[in-house]
Amino acid sequence: MLTRSYKHSLRGGHLPAGEALLDIEEATLRFGGVTALSEVSFRVTEGDIHAVIGPNGAGKSSLLNCISGLYHPQEGRIRLHTADEAGSRHEHALTSLAPHRIARLGVARSFQNIELFHAMSVLDNLMLGRHIHMRHSVMQSMLWFGPARRQEIAHRQLVEEVIDLLQLQAVRTKPVGSLAYGVQKRVELGRALCLQPSLLLLDEPMAGMNAEEKEDMARYILDVNELAKVSVVLIEHDMNVVMDISHRVSVLDFGVLIADGTPAEVMAEPAVIEAYLGAEDEGAIHV
Amino acid sequence: MAATATGIHHRTYVSELRLRATRSEYFRLGLLTVLLLVLPFVLDNYWLSQVNLILIAVIGAVGLNILVGYTGQISLGQGGFMAVGAYSSAIFADRIGLPTPLAIIGAVLLSAAVGTFFGLPGLRLKGLYLAIATLASQMIIEFVIRRWSWLTEGQGYVNVDRFEVFGFKVGARAVFEQQWYWILLILAALTVISARNLFRTGLGRSFMAVRDQDIAAEAIGVNVARVKLTAFAISSGFVGLAGALTAHYSEVVSWEKFTLDVSILYLAMIIVGGLGSIAGAVYGAIFMTLLPEVIRQVANAMSSSLPFLTDQLPAVRNATFGLVIILFLIIEPRGLDRIWQRMKEYIRFWPFRY
Repeated sequence: MLTRSYKHSLRGGHLPAGEALLDIEEATLRFGGVTALSEVSFRVTEGDIHAVIGPNGAGKSSLLNCISGLYHPQEGRIRLHTADEAGSRHEHALTSLAPHRIARLGVARSFQNIELFHAMSVLDNLMLGRHIHMRHSVMQSMLWFGPARRQEIAHRQLVEEVIDLLQLQAVRTKPVGSLAYGVQKRVELGRALCLQPSLLLLDEPMAGMNAEEKEDMARYILDVNELAKVSVVLIEHDMNVVMDISHRVSVLDFGVLIADGTPAEVMAEPAVIEAYLGAEDEGAIHV
Repeated sequence: MAATATGIHHRTYVSELRLRATRSEYFRLGLLTVLLLVLPFVLDNYWLSQVNLILIAVIGAVGLNILVGYTGQISLGQGGFMAVGAYSSAIFADRIGLPTPLAIIGAVLLSAAVGTFFGLPGLRLKGLYLAIATLASQMIIEFVIRRWSWLTEGQGYVNVDRFEVFGFKVGARAVFEQQWYWILLILAALTVISARNLFRTGLGRSFMAVRDQDIAAEAIGVNVARVKLTAFAISSGFVGLAGALTAHYSEVVSWEKFTLDVSILYLAMIIVGGLGSIAGAVYGAIFMTLLPEVIRQVANAMSSSLPFLTDQLPAVRNATFGLVIILFLIIEPRGLDRIWQRMKEYIRFWPFRY
């Protein structure tokens, strides 16, 4: 839980809760003869934790990579809706944008295999999360005193709030490569939060964690969503967590969307039960 | 700020962002300053010329380390980019007649532009493949400066006038080295300070982000292509400055000074000194510039017992260079800078091991 009030909002967008944030329409992604995603369509609503689940190789990570621009789907559209401070709406076609442009629109992400800057400290990693909000002039950087130094200090304040939120104080100056796996995952979440995202994409944030670490991480994700009001798209294998914390769930199987709805609706879907437990099994998903 | 047995504890962000925190660090800086100030009065002209060569090498090595050590873009084009700085500065000053400072600034900007151009393959290539592409740039520039007779007006070399800045002209033999020492010291210090500054700002961090994880860098909004080209530009700017200073200091420019050997020598400097460390580039520049001198002295001292050392001096020199690089890669890949850090830690924790 947040123990004190923070000065900065970690949420970047100004879209009212309940409006469409991300529209994925008929997205199809092929690698040679392999179809990783086949006409996948669903909508992510502002304010939700939206889980994407499915067996291994279902195309979950590919979908996330399409949203963040690392892959470009051959067919279909992915549109991000944003609102500026005045309240006027903008629509961005993500399928034709480079990843760094998508990040500038407020889409932040974490990776399945931790992709941190290992040689750098936690602080530097988080400060890099502020990259899109900083101005980078070669001359000012080399002169240091003046705008460059003021900027470092100004952005440090938000970074410190993220450190406080994720309880990373003790490891602030440690090189990321020397930290425990679970802490690295938390640093990666923190780096994404430092972007002040309007949409946060988390690719298996709890993979390889023990029960206690999972609970912690679930708590952090809930804090981010409920208190900072950041919308989250979450890929996760642990059904308990998914059913517990998400507002909506989309289920992929072999690149096809087989269910999309609230956790309760999805759990009752026969296609989902079949994908997870195989056909002719009478049991439901154990929660 | 408080420095206690448990570490350094800062109370403000400003104090944390300072390059030096403890009293002993300021003391060492003071000691170094005093040393640099008395150096020209205690050394004779020969050794002062060695120091001047070190100062030029410091500028070049810091420039190269920005690109190779901090941004992870291996470059074998160092000699070529130095040549661009040297030739352009010489031609700007002597043929076009620009004042020397303007000629050097022009040379720095031109080297940065040429470096950026030859950095374009870096947008697609990584690691060894980029090394080969920059090797090509070295070969192309070397070819141009050897064959383009307009550059040297058919002489094969360019003569450069005595260095002159704002009416002050570097004097004759007796004071030549000493006056150059002050010029080079100021420029080398400015280079080191601006490089240190660069890597405590967001721009420098984005260089390191591209080096460590370019996909993650893109995902947090770093324009990787732009960062790589910026790194090439800044790096070649410094390298061009080193080239221009070589031209004005030695007062003659010819292609033999900017061959592939030079590129490899500078790579050796930053490997021996420490990749991704400004101080390391300085240590490496000192080490690799003094090494041939040390080898020569040793060979002379042992010429009676081992005469082949003096007879085969160039070969012995090359072999020692190779041996030094191999030893560093095996024993301490992070170079002299890391050795210095470890020594400091050893003293700090003594009598405990850690």
